[in-house]
Amino acid sequence: MAESKRVLVHNDLDIVSARVEGRNLAKRLGFGVIDQARIATAISELARNLVLYADGGQISLQALEAGGRRGIQIVCSDEGPGIADIDLVMQDGYSTQRGLGMGLPGTRRLMDEFEIESQVDTGTTVTIRKWLN
Amino acid sequence: MTLNVPRIPILQIENFLVASIQTELHDKTAIHFKDDLLQRIYDTKARGLVLDLTAIDVVDSFIARIIGDVAEMAGLMGALVVVTGLQPAVAITLVELGVEMRGVVTALNLEKGIVRLRKLVADDSDVTQPDVRLGETDPAHP
Repeated sequence: MAESKRVLVHNDLDIVSARVEGRNLAKRLGFGVIDQARIATAISELARNLVLYADGGQISLQALEAGGRRGIQIVCSDEGPGIADIDLVMQDGYSTQRGLGMGLPGTRRLMDEFEIESQVDTGTTVTIRKWLN
Repeated sequence: MTLNVPRIPILQIENFLVASIQTELHDKTAIHFKDDLLQRIYDTKARGLVLDLTAIDVVDSFIARIIGDVAEMAGLMGALVVVTGLQPAVAITLVELGVEMRGVVTALNLEKGIVRLRKLVADDSDVTQPDVRLGETDPAHP
């Protein structure tokens, strides 16, 4: 039952597609309305980073099954400029010149698991997971 | 080739504007909406705006920022903003995201929003003199 879906994100319309797909998968897996909103919001934040900072990327959505528990995994990856100082962007209140943050600390709070890998001039991958109780 | 972005309708009730967002809010739609709204406030000299978000099930930091900006700019133009219909899941998500929407007054639904707006505008009109005048000491706290 390993459901998975990939969404290419290059513009603001794709941000909406990604979060709608994410929400639909979350709903099918049995997540409640509030968790659906958390997941959709987290996806929206990550997808927006792809558009704002990385010139596009892709988001993959997967159903998870481990130790009798079901969950959802979202992997957001790009081949953009990468993040030089991950600790910095993971601070609340960090923002670029345009006054926009990357929404990463918030995204982490919304989900159960959060992993980030980034290399300057190579790209960034953010993996988030949420489990059904 | 540019796509025609569907505009969100803005209605006028009494001397207020009412906008109910019924469609998925793409970034471009949101930005056009902000511009349209502010222009309408200016054209109609509206004293207030009710922004109904009942149909919205996701508000991320970008959209929250647009709403905050709309409230701030509308305030600068002399109009008060009341946001209505915020779904509980959205309210919870906004708090957990850590997003602040400053200067945004809320009400449960459209009807309560208009009632609230009428009261806020009436209270606002009652203020004719400043509370503190320069050069004078406050008699309560000499």
